[in-house]
Amino acid sequence: MRFLARRFIFYVITAWAAITINFFIPRAMEGNPVDALLARYQGQVSPDAIRALTVLFGLDKNQSLWDQYVQYWQLLFSGNLGLSFTFFPTPVATVVQQSLPWTLGLVGLSTVISFFVGTLIGTAIGWKRGTWADGLLPVATFFSAVPYFWLGLLAIMLFSLTLKLLPAAQGYDPGLIPNLDFIFIGSVIQHGILPALTIVLSSIAGWMLGMRNMMVTVTSEDYVSVAQAKGLSERRIMFGYAARNAILPQISGFALSLGFIVSGTLVMEMVFSYPGIGFVLYQAVSAKDYPLMQGVFLVITLSVLVANIIADLVYTLLDPRTRQEG
Amino acid sequence: MSTVLPTPATVKTGEPVLQIRNLVVDYGYGDDPTHVLREVSLTLNKGEVLGLAGESGCGMSTLAYAASRLLPPPGIITGGEVLFTRRDGSVVDILKLSDKELRAARWNDIAIVFQGAMNSLNPVYRVSKQLTDVIATHRPALSRRELDDRAAELLELVGISPDRLRSFPHQLSGGMRQRVMIAMALALEPQVLIMDEPTTALDVVMQRQIVEQITDLRERLGFAVIFITHDVSLLIEVADRIAIMYAGEIVESATASEVYRMPRHPYSDGLLGSFPPLHGPRRELGGIPGSPPDLAKPIDGCPYADRCPFAFDRCRVENPALKQTVFADLEPERLVACHLHDLPLAKVPVQLTRRPA
Repeated sequence: MRFLARRFIFYVITAWAAITINFFIPRAMEGNPVDALLARYQGQVSPDAIRALTVLFGLDKNQSLWDQYVQYWQLLFSGNLGLSFTFFPTPVATVVQQSLPWTLGLVGLSTVISFFVGTLIGTAIGWKRGTWADGLLPVATFFSAVPYFWLGLLAIMLFSLTLKLLPAAQGYDPGLIPNLDFIFIGSVIQHGILPALTIVLSSIAGWMLGMRNMMVTVTSEDYVSVAQAKGLSERRIMFGYAARNAILPQISGFALSLGFIVSGTLVMEMVFSYPGIGFVLYQAVSAKDYPLMQGVFLVITLSVLVANIIADLVYTLLDPRTRQEG
Repeated sequence: MSTVLPTPATVKTGEPVLQIRNLVVDYGYGDDPTHVLREVSLTLNKGEVLGLAGESGCGMSTLAYAASRLLPPPGIITGGEVLFTRRDGSVVDILKLSDKELRAARWNDIAIVFQGAMNSLNPVYRVSKQLTDVIATHRPALSRRELDDRAAELLELVGISPDRLRSFPHQLSGGMRQRVMIAMALALEPQVLIMDEPTTALDVVMQRQIVEQITDLRERLGFAVIFITHDVSLLIEVADRIAIMYAGEIVESATASEVYRMPRHPYSDGLLGSFPPLHGPRRELGGIPGSPPDLAKPIDGCPYADRCPFAFDRCRVENPALKQTVFADLEPERLVACHLHDLPLAKVPVQLTRRPA
């Protein structure tokens, strides 16, 4: 448990550092975004909102940097990330809250599917080297080498425009009211298939290749020969001895990719006009919406951190050598 | 002393348990494979320790793995048979077993202690799991409790405290890991134990302990051992019989003391000359100049001819067969593959014709 406590302290410090950097970056930027905003909305902004903005951007000249910093933390803890310019006067927290589930749901699920399917295929072709299954590799590599936006457009062209099987854009049918009924959920799934398919297709090669190569390495380890000599069943050797060890580096890669779910889906969300956080970030950047950018960055940082914590825990669970006992 | 290690009275000897006949192994597919084993024949009797010695790359490990059908690709067995005598007296050819039969026979009949003691244990499983999974596979009727008891018993057999069952391999020292491997090999009480350089990765003190342990266990449990090593001096202590391998062939086989005291093949003589003698006067260490031939190329004549100080014309054209020498009456077990022994006794180099006492 001492090990876990140490890791926890490490992550708390990392989180503190990341959030602190997030505090300083807007203060290092030139110009005064708040003035620009105020000019745009000419007096329609409440004094409270102005105050929150000023504090968030460190534009409050009457305050020392330290007081600003303390206030920034207070705002953070109360969930106040300021107001978005683009979706004015919606608070940034609300914008993030509305877009994050879409990204986490779609891209998260696709990443998990890609990881599991790719690792499983990699296990199989690594175990039975030199069979027809090796032919899957170049095919999968082709799809990951193709630029994603092109793959996405191609998929839209084929499945939406030509075959008219699946919708081309949006997260759900615009005629529906978001609601937890079957029609809405069905629409969400229908809209998710194409983006999910393209994400899986473009990312699966990495998992397959990584796992296959590790399997080939591990298969020549002595403990696999011992397992063979012991007469254990083929399945037991393949999963319990070979794959069980080969998967360890995959786990680190998986954790990293989980961290990039939030930030790495910009292209997908643009191609499919998907209402996720990548699309929000894109809008924020094009509108110079600094509070929103800052909020999204915060979410990205924290998600990478959380993914790392998960990876750490899973790795400790899977590899006894990384446990520091005592 | 006549033999260095007296054969235990409880073990019947002279009955073969494993007979390897004309085993041929190639590495590589296609037109020009490397012939790593060239018609090797070898018999292991019940309860005996047979030592296999030679330089690296002479096919000792290949022989052991081929006989248990564990050769990693691209090794292929292209000929020969491996006859195993079961406890009930029936004889099976291991090379002809179906995959299922082979799986069932493994570890039950022949268990192996591998070369890499340090890497033979799965790093992510506890010792107990690795000891019990093999027992559970072959004896599915046993309960969880019986499996754990057996695992504890096995560890005690090799002198490790049973509370080590909860350990992971990385928490054990090299010597302990090798002991765990020996315990694991004995889990199903196999008739044959193949030990592929079981002590190479260990320090001399630990080597000594492991070798004594094997000898001791062999006397108590009566299994036969094929002991593979580069260390001929070690073999002379543990083995009943020794087979010397060179370039994928057996060039001499005899009892351990016969090989040690009066080698008949120039290669055995050279190999023994590379170690300091344990007894007798001090002498200069010889070593053998050169290296074993490239097995990828065809070999005309005797493979040792290029390095042999006594080679003559016939050696370069005809590969000698493994057969008895003129001393056959005095040492019936000895087989030597050398043309020198076809010459009149006076013409054979004197160090190869020492008379049996």
